Amino acid sequence: MKPKANDVILHTVTKLAAIIIFTFSIDLFWAGHHFPGGGFIGGLTTAAGIVLLYLSFDIESIQRNLPIDYKKMAAIGVLIAVFTGLAGMFYGDNFLEQTFGYFDLPVFGETELATAVLFDVGVALAVIGTAITIITSISEDEL
Amino acid sequence: MFNIFMILSLIILTIAILFNIYRLIKGPSSADRVQALDAIGINLIAGIAIFSVYLDTHAFFELILLIGILSFIGTIAFARFLERGVVIERKR
Repeated sequence: MKPKANDVILHTVTKLAAIIIFTFSIDLFWAGHHFPGGGFIGGLTTAAGIVLLYLSFDIESIQRNLPIDYKKMAAIGVLIAVFTGLAGMFYGDNFLEQTFGYFDLPVFGETELATAVLFDVGVALAVIGTAITIITSISEDEL
Repeated sequence: MFNIFMILSLIILTIAILFNIYRLIKGPSSADRVQALDAIGINLIAGIAIFSVYLDTHAFFELILLIGILSFIGTIAFARFLERGVVIERKR
């Protein structure tokens, strides 16, 4: 029997780097309204972080610790994007009509909140779900 | 004067990337080619940093971190493939 490979360096680096990658993806997601970034690249960076976890550990332990059905995640993302479009019709505007306003939040002070963020949430969930579904279903068909 | 230094650094980085491409084509083993790809990624990061200083913008700073992350993940994937034969293991 082949001795089990020991990748303690890879595991330690992954545990540190995954936190940085997820933080960076959240930053890219929130920066999308005024700076480069947005839902697509934020979701893709999150998918890259999850792929790094899959690479460093194996599929089964990641799916045990992160029990998300990524096909459902993509579907929920598309549903959120469609419903934010329908909300514009509900208030008598066109489909996909977006609005924004200024609110006083407890910690942040006066903040600009836009409904385009909800559309971006949908895009990000769809991108994460599609990318992870493709990668895990490609890697499954050996043996 | 400052712009001339930026252009000179970009030219030197281009020469470094060309030498890396030579190693990428010529490299006898696969590990040489993976190393060359990783070095090309790092040279691209430096090139983007210098180019964003040259253009006097901070719109490309996210790209630096992004290429670093993608180059790291790509190198790890290649290394897993060379070592184990599979990229993502089913059960460890």
